[in-house]
Amino acid sequence: MSSLTNFFHALGQYDFLQSALITAIMVGIMSGLIGSFIILRGMSLMGDAISHAVLPGVAVAYMLGINVLLGASVFGILAAMLIGFVAAHSKIKTDTSIGVVFSAFYALGFILISMAESATNLHHILFGNILAVSDSDILTTAIVLALVVLFVVVFYKELLITSFDETFAKTYGLHTQLLHYALMLVLTLVTVSALQTVGIILVVAMLITPAATAFLWTDKLSHMLVMAASFGVIASMVGLYFSYTFNWASGPAIVIVAAAMFAISFLVSPKQGNLFKRK
Amino acid sequence: MLQLTNLTVAYDDTPVFTDAAVQFDAGKITGIIGPNGAGKSTLIKAMLGLITASAGTATFNGQPLSHMQKQIAYVEQRKDLDLTFPINVFDVVLTGTYGRLGLFKSPGKAEKAAAADALAQVSLSDFTQRQIGNLSGGQLQRVFVARAIVQDANLIILDEPFVGIDLQSETAIMAILRQWRDAGKTIIVVHHDLNKVSHYFDDLVVMNHGIIDYGPVAQVYTAANIEKAFSADLSAVLFEKEAAQ
Repeated sequence: MSSLTNFFHALGQYDFLQSALITAIMVGIMSGLIGSFIILRGMSLMGDAISHAVLPGVAVAYMLGINVLLGASVFGILAAMLIGFVAAHSKIKTDTSIGVVFSAFYALGFILISMAESATNLHHILFGNILAVSDSDILTTAIVLALVVLFVVVFYKELLITSFDETFAKTYGLHTQLLHYALMLVLTLVTVSALQTVGIILVVAMLITPAATAFLWTDKLSHMLVMAASFGVIASMVGLYFSYTFNWASGPAIVIVAAAMFAISFLVSPKQGNLFKRK
Repeated sequence: MLQLTNLTVAYDDTPVFTDAAVQFDAGKITGIIGPNGAGKSTLIKAMLGLITASAGTATFNGQPLSHMQKQIAYVEQRKDLDLTFPINVFDVVLTGTYGRLGLFKSPGKAEKAAAADALAQVSLSDFTQRQIGNLSGGQLQRVFVARAIVQDANLIILDEPFVGIDLQSETAIMAILRQWRDAGKTIIVVHHDLNKVSHYFDDLVVMNHGIIDYGPVAQVYTAANIEKAFSADLSAVLFEKEAAQ
């Protein structure tokens, strides 16, 4: 328990830790919200792909000295469109198209990052560097969080119906493709924010694991969103505590906590209930 | 009245049907029958714009169908549905109001009342909070018919609504279809088996890679048409039986 007191003591003392905690909480919320739609649409692989495909955008942004969000968004959307294009204009299935496109983007990203090495640190991009969050990072993350919440609230019913029954949405005239790309754009923004806390490799875990955990507990989408965001926040906070206390890298610490929550839910949740099967 | 003119659909250059021309009248329940792979669902999807037709037009009361999406309710085959989705019966029916609400508006009191009323009409009022995976096939089909009720459309299209459902559900759905018919709506039902054809439908479209015949059931449901669409054997069995009754 003394480590916990230490943590809170440090929290009061060090600005960098406060910044880290605030960022981690915001990232937990946004990735839980967007991740819920990603898993309900059966797009976990797509989420993984987009989160990796932003890497060249990050590199280019560093090189040109522009905002990382801008560079990442361009490449994220480009990847999403390319994946859609290849799948639509060949007999190749979408998951194969995803594999080809995202690995190519990721590879390009590595090469570009190594060229821009002086300005940044590959290790931090890959695994997150939450203890080096700047004030402007916090501001950008807050803006992204606001955008994500706005997007989900304003387009809640459109996101619901396209995730549940896309054909129906098309028959009443909804532009489902546009919504898909809007979601991909928001996903890239979330990815870039999550880069700071968990790094590019583990972004997908923040998207999917808290949302999957929430899915095990509820039959109502609105509840799932709130729970996924909450699980994301808990994982971020507890993970950060472990990271600080045991000197673990922040990304893996957060993701392990999220995975532990999933494992517990898998065993005891009412919907899954593998430990106490009702029948 | 729904009119299809010269509708042509091809998958990878192999035509499913060419120059399909057919007319569906208001105030009628029209069945579309034909063997598996005859292009029945394809015809529906092409006129709804869900797949691209290489030629032809679909008009409803003289207007292109693509301009009247709010007038159409489509009850799809349920086989591709994600039954684990976190949504309950009531919320599924409520999605029937989304088209009319448009963007930026949430369902309010009126929409919720309409959903509750539609669920009452299909006798599912006791199931409103049930997650959709916990329903029987017949109950699930009634949920989607309730959603079509809420859409308050003039053209209602159902793809294989009677597959794998219980008698009670079938009766309930037929009752709704007849209410719609009596209200002057245009109802189209894709149907693959030949049982109860004359019991269900007023008009009939017989298909097999193209329209073989269409018109009132009494004129179209003939040994000759069934032989053309299905097989001589089936035709012989069916119409011998009817003659004997």
